[in-house]
Amino acid sequence: MKQSPDIEVRDLWFSFNGNPVLEGVNLEIYPGDFMAIIGPNGGGKTTLLKLMIGLLKPDRGSVRLLGHPPREVAQRIGYVPQELGPDKGFPISVFDVVLMGRLKGGGGRWRFSKADQTLAREALERIDMWAYRNVRIGELSGGQRQRVFVARALVAEPELLLLDEPMASVDQKGQTDFYALLKDLNETVTIVLVSHDPMVLSSHIKSVACVSKQVYFHNAPEITQEMIKMAYHCPVELISHGPLPHRVLPDHPGEEDD
Amino acid sequence: MIEALQLEFMQHAFIAAFLASIVCGVIGTFVVVNRIVFISGGIAHAAYGGIGLAFFLGLSPILGILGFSLLVSVVMAAITWKARHRADTIIGVLWALGMALGVILLDLTPGYNVDLMSYLFGSILTVPTSDLWLMLGLTALVVLTVGYFYQGFVSLSYDEEFAQVKGVPVRLLYFLLMAMIALSVVMIIQIVGLILVIALLTIPPYIAERYSRSLLTMMLYSILLNILFTFVGLWISYEFNLTSGASIIMVGGVGFFISFPAWRIRPKRALS
Repeated sequence: MKQSPDIEVRDLWFSFNGNPVLEGVNLEIYPGDFMAIIGPNGGGKTTLLKLMIGLLKPDRGSVRLLGHPPREVAQRIGYVPQELGPDKGFPISVFDVVLMGRLKGGGGRWRFSKADQTLAREALERIDMWAYRNVRIGELSGGQRQRVFVARALVAEPELLLLDEPMASVDQKGQTDFYALLKDLNETVTIVLVSHDPMVLSSHIKSVACVSKQVYFHNAPEITQEMIKMAYHCPVELISHGPLPHRVLPDHPGEEDD
Repeated sequence: MIEALQLEFMQHAFIAAFLASIVCGVIGTFVVVNRIVFISGGIAHAAYGGIGLAFFLGLSPILGILGFSLLVSVVMAAITWKARHRADTIIGVLWALGMALGVILLDLTPGYNVDLMSYLFGSILTVPTSDLWLMLGLTALVVLTVGYFYQGFVSLSYDEEFAQVKGVPVRLLYFLLMAMIALSVVMIIQIVGLILVIALLTIPPYIAERYSRSLLTMMLYSILLNILFTFVGLWISYEFNLTSGASIIMVGGVGFFISFPAWRIRPKRALS
């Protein structure tokens, strides 16, 4: 029996100020997948991710997460937004940032519960950042901050983790560590990652979607001739840097683990 | 100074300054971290339209300011919600329009006009008991609202998109924040006048921000600084017979510039 997809995008259309951004997107992401969304700048990668989690409303079509409209399952989704440069001055500690992942609605709670604080501690220990819990978030390096944002997503114990350009401000060493962390998380969590970085096609990725107004999905960590032909905007460097790590999955990833 | 405290109007002044310090510390913290100083200035100045309206219709001025600045704050919130960081032109227009409306309505009001300077620069030495009760009510309202939605406001201020994903009613909280800025403006007009509102909302939180690791501590430091500035300012204005609102702001300004060298000798962050 075929498993139901974690993310199901049906005939999705979206335009911004009258300019079409996404046209007729169909996409299914199955449990256990580790998908990279790649594509040119302005191709709609981030828009697609925001539509998936319900931050944007589609003009046409539908998105279902875990079988429901995105807003209904917000608590089961981990989201790591694109970093737009840290606000160094904002007075908030690492621990409080992670606790934010336990928010449910806006009101009624002055403090987080003991249980929430324990989960936050576990999430910080998992990413090796517990020692930094009382440091102001603005004082961390880009890579450390990005890991804290992953902890904030993990603290909600998500079934699905969506990350938007998480490598933007992370150095090479940090990137390697970060991918190792994601690979580890992928044991239990479905991951979707937006990136414009060729390194994303490392061996951790299980599938690729190339977004350039339309979406070309490939169920293996590689770019096909077909994709290049259809999405001719896709970054040329991806194919010009010699042999890519190529791994053909033996079966549909959704069918392996039921 | 001791005999000054025997005077009822001085007692009222200190109570009003104390209440306004609380509200300014709490709301000013959000104003500073959300970078909405200009919006707050717009609400404060447009409130002049409320003064004109109150005199024109023969209502109580403080109710006029309250109603009008609440209205302006809702309009500002609606305009700035979509493009929070780039709505400055429209804010500037509303800022000027509100003031112009106030001036014209006062022109049209027959009879002798009261001392409008007191609304521009404050009238802390003439706060009636009824206004103190109103201020107490507004302070309680602001503190309780922020307390109830504290985590929501923190997440809205730090990462609005993430808050939205987590089901925080970000739009509601944004409008609520704007309305509370209007409430604090009403209170501060009594103390330092609408021209100087911005100083009390921004100077203490700006100083406090660098010493705080949470918005709550930032609020508490801001409240303490506000109390310090307003009390010292009141004392100076009494001793040297100076305008109270301007004296308070001068004290705050001195504190602002002292805080820069003081910041260099702060203790280093603690890793534990």
